[in-house]
Amino acid sequence: MSTPGSPKSEHRSAEHAGFRMSGKLKGLLVLAAVLLLLPLLLSNNYQYDVVIRIAMNAIVVIGLNLLIGYTGQISLGHAGFLGIGAYASGILTTQFSWPPLLALLAGCVAAGALAFAIARPVLKLKGHYLAMATLGLGIIISIVITNEGKYTGGPDGLTVPALALSGFELDGAKPWYVVVALLLLLVTWLALNLIDSPAGRALQAIHGSEVAAQVAGVQTTRVKVRIFVVSAVIASLVGSLSAHYIAFITPGIAGFFHSIELVTMVVVGGMASVFGSIVGAVILTMLPQLLSTFEGWETVVFGAILMATMIFMPKGIVPTLAAHFRKGGSK
Amino acid sequence: MTAQFLQFLFSGITIGATYALAALGFSIIYNASGVINFAQGEFIMLGGMAAALLAAQGVPLPLAIGIAVVGAAVGGLLVEKLAIEPAKNAEVVTLIIITIGASLFIRGLVQVTVGKGTHALPSFSGDKPLEVLGATLLPQSLWVLGVTLVIVAVLAWFFTRTLHGKAMLATSHNKLAAQLVGINTKAILLVSFGLSAALGALGGILVAPITNTSYDIGIMLGLKGFVAATLGGLGSGTGAIVGGLLLGVVEAMTAGYISSSYKDAVPFVLILVVLFFMPRGLFGAKLTERV
Amino acid sequence: MTRRNLLKLASAAMAALAATSMGAHAQSGDIKIGSVLSVTGPAAFLGDPELKTLQLYVERINAAGGVLGRKLALVHYDDGSDANKANGFAKRLIESDNVDLFIGGTTTGSTMAMVPLVEKAGVPFISLAGGVIVVEPVKKWVFKTPHTDRMAAEKVFTDMNKRGLKKVALLSETSGFGQSGRKETLAVAAKHGIDIVADETYGPKDADMTAQLTKIKGVSDVQAVLVFGLGQGPAVVTKNYAQLGIKLPLYQSHGVASDEYIKLAGKAAEGVRLPAPSLLVADSLPANDPQKPVVTSYRKVYTDKYKEDVSLFGGAALDALMISVEAIKKAGSTDKAKVRDAIEATKGFIGTGGIVNMSATDHMGLDLSAFHMLQIKNGEFTLAQ
Repeated sequence: MSTPGSPKSEHRSAEHAGFRMSGKLKGLLVLAAVLLLLPLLLSNNYQYDVVIRIAMNAIVVIGLNLLIGYTGQISLGHAGFLGIGAYASGILTTQFSWPPLLALLAGCVAAGALAFAIARPVLKLKGHYLAMATLGLGIIISIVITNEGKYTGGPDGLTVPALALSGFELDGAKPWYVVVALLLLLVTWLALNLIDSPAGRALQAIHGSEVAAQVAGVQTTRVKVRIFVVSAVIASLVGSLSAHYIAFITPGIAGFFHSIELVTMVVVGGMASVFGSIVGAVILTMLPQLLSTFEGWETVVFGAILMATMIFMPKGIVPTLAAHFRKGGSK
Repeated sequence: MTAQFLQFLFSGITIGATYALAALGFSIIYNASGVINFAQGEFIMLGGMAAALLAAQGVPLPLAIGIAVVGAAVGGLLVEKLAIEPAKNAEVVTLIIITIGASLFIRGLVQVTVGKGTHALPSFSGDKPLEVLGATLLPQSLWVLGVTLVIVAVLAWFFTRTLHGKAMLATSHNKLAAQLVGINTKAILLVSFGLSAALGALGGILVAPITNTSYDIGIMLGLKGFVAATLGGLGSGTGAIVGGLLLGVVEAMTAGYISSSYKDAVPFVLILVVLFFMPRGLFGAKLTERV
Repeated sequence: MTRRNLLKLASAAMAALAATSMGAHAQSGDIKIGSVLSVTGPAAFLGDPELKTLQLYVERINAAGGVLGRKLALVHYDDGSDANKANGFAKRLIESDNVDLFIGGTTTGSTMAMVPLVEKAGVPFISLAGGVIVVEPVKKWVFKTPHTDRMAAEKVFTDMNKRGLKKVALLSETSGFGQSGRKETLAVAAKHGIDIVADETYGPKDADMTAQLTKIKGVSDVQAVLVFGLGQGPAVVTKNYAQLGIKLPLYQSHGVASDEYIKLAGKAAEGVRLPAPSLLVADSLPANDPQKPVVTSYRKVYTDKYKEDVSLFGGAALDALMISVEAIKKAGSTDKAKVRDAIEATKGFIGTGGIVNMSATDHMGLDLSAFHMLQIKNGEFTLAQ
């Protein structure tokens, strides 16, 4: 293994990068094509709504996957950051009359700052202890939101005005679709590029073996903190956007169940796979809609599907399928 | 003043003992497989529910309790056999998601078959509270504490004096070495799930006369049990007990002396504080990481 | 390769699932009633009887010939007590299922998440949530049938005044119902000359409230305790109350207005007072009470079918259904604007919750007389003296 940044590794990685880049570029183009052509299939606002929710989830999950999949750091409290963004937007726009974009920015800064402050002590923990600490953080955030009803509206929730920018209001399925689709493409591109960069390789090295990575010169703590902050900010951004889109927020958005849902999307779609994140978001957002025919049995069926998927495809859907196709084709 | 303090202490210890039993369940499975079993809460629920339903049908209480515990143990065995074993050597995160799936499955099944109502279990020895230095204690609380102590003693004896128990401990320290000495680690895993389920169920039954039971009580109890186990140090039996009791008492004291609306945040603030200073929990082993 | 085949099977199953669930449920020509209820999750205690009631009575109405010669079709989704999901399902009902009207929104959160959508699409919506905010300020298309928490607080305070109780401790649940109740209680306390001397909370799934009650017991001049919560929580509080030997008068909110509370709290519930609609004392109502036939009938029909006790949440759902049916009949069609006007014009409607008189400024239609003060005597609900 050579240290990142040395001339020999650059040359080798350029070779690999050339091959991998075209594979990833292909994926990106497919995604762009799908997003462009999808409106032709969508006929009413409800269908747009499902797609928009999928895209929002996908964006958060891509960020979370960078953390869980690539650095192997489990976060069971990520919905807390979503909640920070959502409530920053909600409270600042309704009670203090801030312009929505400024509120959104404030949310991102708050989430990022909290993630930064908590990152160092928390990321020193290993495995289940880390999971517990992040779980605790997420739950504390949701309890604070529930209790401080004077500002947050408490368990009954808060109505949020539309996202407006100097008179232009973002309202309606199609405009939101455009915004969210573009954001998804952007985040996907950024994530793919991150994986291919020296920082990205550092990430994967950490996942492989943290001690080995440290020996190789990777500043593991700094990298882990950075990723933690980035994934927190992404979550906050989506939280703010979804607050304006749905126009109503409740403390459940920061809750334990939501965090588990997000982690499930990561694992089912495929850890350490950007496109896996998107697939995971698609499946787990659509599943409740599809299961509504089961009237009462939804939880049972959902649990069964979850178990079956993880038993038969333990690496997640995209990596398992990718391995299959690679086996079939030439290596 | 002392009466108030004692009252808080009693309620804290009572609920703390339930957390302790749940935490023990988490630790046992963690020791055998490194997995956090998110379905542990559902075993607690199954115990209380099964006993309550049987008792309501007229089954004598001791028999109802026995059947419920055995039933939950069987449930644990099934979960291990059908959900964990097929996953073989999947990553820990995957196994966690599988246990989450199992918990949803069990909870959903109970919800559909039994319904969403709350059920009561009669107290083992009546409802008349006992007066202790100005504070009151339910006889049922004494049962909870007493049985927990007995269980702890039995488990301690099991793990240190019997061959099977020592085999389980050996597996938890080093699975490969255990296999090399001829221990059937697969069977150990199976038994650990069954044992944890039985412990959880017993905890659920003990507490059901005080708190009532319904299809979804497993969620919070399981979560708090997990926190207690982590607090005490995952994999440590003593840690689980201490963690559970500590958690219950701190919660009660917070509700009584500070703020009842933030009492639910207490377990999580506590764990963050403890982990900050002791990254492996109170009694957790210092692990060396193999590179 | 079995794994590959399994994958193929799974994808085929998903596609089949998608086809069946996205497709239409009801026949064309049916009157479609859309409903989003919290049948699972923390609010299932309310949502479950609501759904059961709606399903049962839609069946009965159809068996009796339907409305305006058309059958009713109930299209319902479970939001799992999550307001976000409620919002999504509301969109589905409006855009995909094309419902004629909405009955639902078990919790105030779910209702408020759906309000902007029904207002924009112009669909009449009768909410089953308790929060005052649902109808205050009045929204054109939104109505509600359950009593508000403010009414419960006022009824309790009126009774307390009669008994000379002035210093009251409040113990509320951290759920939406509890917190909204707490807010309204604090808001109207002064008007009734009540002094709130303690303000504690507990979580809906908490197993032990002795700590909070011990604190309340320690407040020197407390004369009575009011608990605002639903489901199992208030039952645990009641048992703890007895355990601690607290002799002060205990009042509950209408959230415990069901036989399940008495079953769970046992002997400890003796002497507890609560505001509740006449549904709970159907048998002890005088023969000339206009509500008597309605509530006794509902009681019998529901318990015969489901073998469980009635609750006022199911009753609210029934009232919403019947008000809608009456409105559709009056409007002569399912034209949304006409039905809305007809709902708003509801006068003298005898429901399980009380006598409903709506107007352009009052989209709930109940006043304090819809609540009776009940007391639990010998394990039964009785009218308090």
